[in-house]
Amino acid sequence: MDQMNLSLAIPEIALALFACAFLIADSVTKGRILPILHNIVVLFCIGLGVYCLAQVPTTGTELAFTNMYIADSMALALKGFSALAIAFTLIVGANYAKDRDMFKGELHALVLFTLLGQMVMISANNLLLVYLGVELLSLSLYAAVAMQRDNVRATEASMKYFVLGALASGFLLYGMSMIYGATGSLNHSDIAFAATAAVSGEKSIIFIFGIVFLVAGLAFKLGVVPFHMWVPDVYEGSPSIATLLISGAPKLAAFAMLMRLLVDGLFVMAFDWQNMLMVLAIASLAIGNLTAIAQTSLKRMLAYSTIAQMGFMLLGFLSGVTGQDTGNAAQAYSSAMFYSITYVLTTLGTFGVIMVMSRKGFEVEKISDLKGLNKRAPWLALIMLLLMFSLAGIPPMVGFAAKLLVLKALLATGQVWLAVYAVMFSLVGAFYYIRIVKTMYFEAPSDETEIVMGNDARAVLGVNGLAVIVLGLLPAPLMAYCMTAIQQTLAG
Amino acid sequence: MSNNIPFLSLAIWLPIAFGVLIMALGNDKNAGMVRGAALLAALISFVVTLPLYFGFDTSTAQLQFVENLPWIEAFGASYGLGVDGLSVWFVILTALITIFVVVAAWEVITEKVAQYMAAFLILSGLMVGVFSATDGLLFYVFFEATLIPMYIIVGVWGGPNRIYAAFKFFLYTLLGSLLTLVALIYLQSQSGTFEIAAWHKLPLGMTEQILIFLAFLMAFAVKVPMWPVHTWLPDAHVEAPTGGSVVLAAIMLKLGAYGFLRFSMPIAPDASHELAGFMITLSLIAVIYIGVVALVQKDMKKLVAYSSIAHMGFVTLGFFMFQDLAVQGAIIQMISHGFVSGAMFLCIGVLYDRVHSREISAYGGVVNTMPKFAAFFLLFAMANAGLPATSGFVGEFMVILGAVKYNFWIGLLAATTLIFGAAYSLWMYKRVVFGEVANDNVKELTDVNTREFLMLGALAVLVMAMGLYPKPFTDVLQVSVDALLQHVAQSKL
Repeated sequence: MDQMNLSLAIPEIALALFACAFLIADSVTKGRILPILHNIVVLFCIGLGVYCLAQVPTTGTELAFTNMYIADSMALALKGFSALAIAFTLIVGANYAKDRDMFKGELHALVLFTLLGQMVMISANNLLLVYLGVELLSLSLYAAVAMQRDNVRATEASMKYFVLGALASGFLLYGMSMIYGATGSLNHSDIAFAATAAVSGEKSIIFIFGIVFLVAGLAFKLGVVPFHMWVPDVYEGSPSIATLLISGAPKLAAFAMLMRLLVDGLFVMAFDWQNMLMVLAIASLAIGNLTAIAQTSLKRMLAYSTIAQMGFMLLGFLSGVTGQDTGNAAQAYSSAMFYSITYVLTTLGTFGVIMVMSRKGFEVEKISDLKGLNKRAPWLALIMLLLMFSLAGIPPMVGFAAKLLVLKALLATGQVWLAVYAVMFSLVGAFYYIRIVKTMYFEAPSDETEIVMGNDARAVLGVNGLAVIVLGLLPAPLMAYCMTAIQQTLAG
Repeated sequence: MSNNIPFLSLAIWLPIAFGVLIMALGNDKNAGMVRGAALLAALISFVVTLPLYFGFDTSTAQLQFVENLPWIEAFGASYGLGVDGLSVWFVILTALITIFVVVAAWEVITEKVAQYMAAFLILSGLMVGVFSATDGLLFYVFFEATLIPMYIIVGVWGGPNRIYAAFKFFLYTLLGSLLTLVALIYLQSQSGTFEIAAWHKLPLGMTEQILIFLAFLMAFAVKVPMWPVHTWLPDAHVEAPTGGSVVLAAIMLKLGAYGFLRFSMPIAPDASHELAGFMITLSLIAVIYIGVVALVQKDMKKLVAYSSIAHMGFVTLGFFMFQDLAVQGAIIQMISHGFVSGAMFLCIGVLYDRVHSREISAYGGVVNTMPKFAAFFLLFAMANAGLPATSGFVGEFMVILGAVKYNFWIGLLAATTLIFGAAYSLWMYKRVVFGEVANDNVKELTDVNTREFLMLGALAVLVMAMGLYPKPFTDVLQVSVDALLQHVAQSKL
């Protein structure tokens, strides 16, 4: 197995080369052909996404670069969806960026590098490679947030994001070093091997400590309570396109990181990290949902909603192992994967609508900015309505199917009380989601300016709204897709 | 069963498809066309439900017009549809009421007509789905999805306090149904399927049954609504536009009662018997206490809303005595209440459109200016009070008969509904319609126009027909109710 197997990493290699080529082309032409390049970037991302998705299911798990890199169905699926999410962001955000003087080659380059970072995270089979991916993603995001140099709030958000992100990276690195100390390896499969030995013998303190720091670092990246402080501030301060870059596709990479570190590497320690995740999930559901109610800022509300949604996703993730029984694992992890994918889908739409509604000199920030949207742009309002009901988990939207899967996985472990707790907080969540619908539908517009959007943005938003309802009505194919991917990963 | 046309699917998806189409193409500039298209859509959607009655085999309790397609195989959930005697009339009733709703909105709704019509058409399809789903998950999806159009209807076209009412409606009903979802998933994990018929046969221990019964009760009691979780209904009714009130009272409340028949009683028969006393007590409180509350209302819509709660109390009372006659009577009462409460709200709508007030005290002597209307209103008020020869009588009488057989004192208490019902309905009628012309508003009233005449006339015919000749309804029910009661009588322990 100790081969390079370069062909497995074609998506990453192609993306890296493309990003460099883009940088050169853009700087050589001094940004004159950027509109054309923009289209090429979008097409490339779509092509990359389709290329990855089309390969699932693969023949099985394969390793490359002396076992540092792992290629399996889950990786391909998540990479595919990430690439599509990035393409979506660029399409819907193009006008928004132009109005804010952000439509520059740098933005596209940073976006491409965030995608590359995510792909590396998704396929990492080695602690160092995980870290490399995380940093590539994070550093690109810090810069993307701060792209509007004169915008004080964006700069502040960027600083906050950077400082807290660096802290999180520190946690992660510290945890990794302890795991390395306990197992003598950076490689996930070797760690898994060492962990099995450690469990049968006496658990070393340092090993447990490593897991604690690792989980804390992951929680930072996911933005779950109590490591959520950065989320609302960064969401609010960043220009919406950067917010979408942070809140969209990276959640998929974060899910992959959970899978790689905790399941691939530390599966035998499931009992320990499941309990930690449970605390995170319970706290996130409560604090996320309750705090979201009090928000008047739309983006802050969505930030707290993200916290709650990620808490819900963790509920699926923590129901993989009951005692010694791992029979529920595939169902549990695939429910979390389904949840992450559909969550990204709805987030894209939500921030897409926000960006389309903003215009030069006007930023949709408060919930009241959505007033009377049904009068101003009925279709936009309808899409937002579908997205909000989806986030609230009302059938027939896809958010319901996702919640159903997670609850089913959870109930399979017999934790009825946790399921009841989760649905009760869904009820709390429903309040602020339907409040958005109220603002759009029941109130008169306070701002009559016409909403201008390009045909491409209109089309992708339409597809997004349609996907939310179609996937909700017919979730079986995507569920089966996630299931296959997870089963292959677990088997490999 | 004999034919292969999927009538139930048509009855669900035709109105939804029409609704989406109308929403996509319609706007306030072509409102006339939107209205015409909506009426046509409602009529077509109604016509496709008629074969359900004419092709219905009354000799069997089996599900008929069955459709079954794989849906989410990993869960054992299927797209399963079918009707039996318990549900077939509600499918038809839903489609029928939608026609009235469209007609009632004709000149009244002038803003966002397309969205209004679309919301009702989509809602109609979803409610048909609830009544015809044979799969628990499918049922839940339809059951919950109805919240979305109704929330919009109350919130957009409702009265001054509509936002409060819409939120209360949405969150109250969601609270109930979320626990039901947990129960559904639990049942799935025990049986490996979402098929309701399989759950009927699933053996369950007493504790499990009680918990499942209570989880279902949360959803259905809120929807019915039973005392003490009824408080959302008066608010929603008062604030909703006429069409919204009609659909709420005529159909949506029945979703909850229907749930008892389809889920609670057959899945948890022992718990149903165990908790029957509790359910009967709650029902009697609804009948008597809410009847008294209705008496003192100043707002006509609120009065009819409370009378709906009292009538639905009668329905749940009928269910939990496990008597053939009482259960049949309760279902008849559900159908009749669909017509009568719908008609009452339409009548109030007729007055409201002219005077823009729902206060009883704003009226008086309406008979002098609106004689035709007064005649219709009288008939419906009588039916609401349960007068013989109207549909309201049949169901109430059967339930009381059953109740007397079950326990004389319960029968006696239940029978007080005839007094309270007559008191609040007729007293309101007296204050609104009889007497001297009370004010200028009443003096300037114009009698019903052709549209309103046809709408109320058709309902009047239905109310009378059902009261004089209830056989088509009882025939359909008979075998299915027998089968249900036999099933419920068997212990699962």
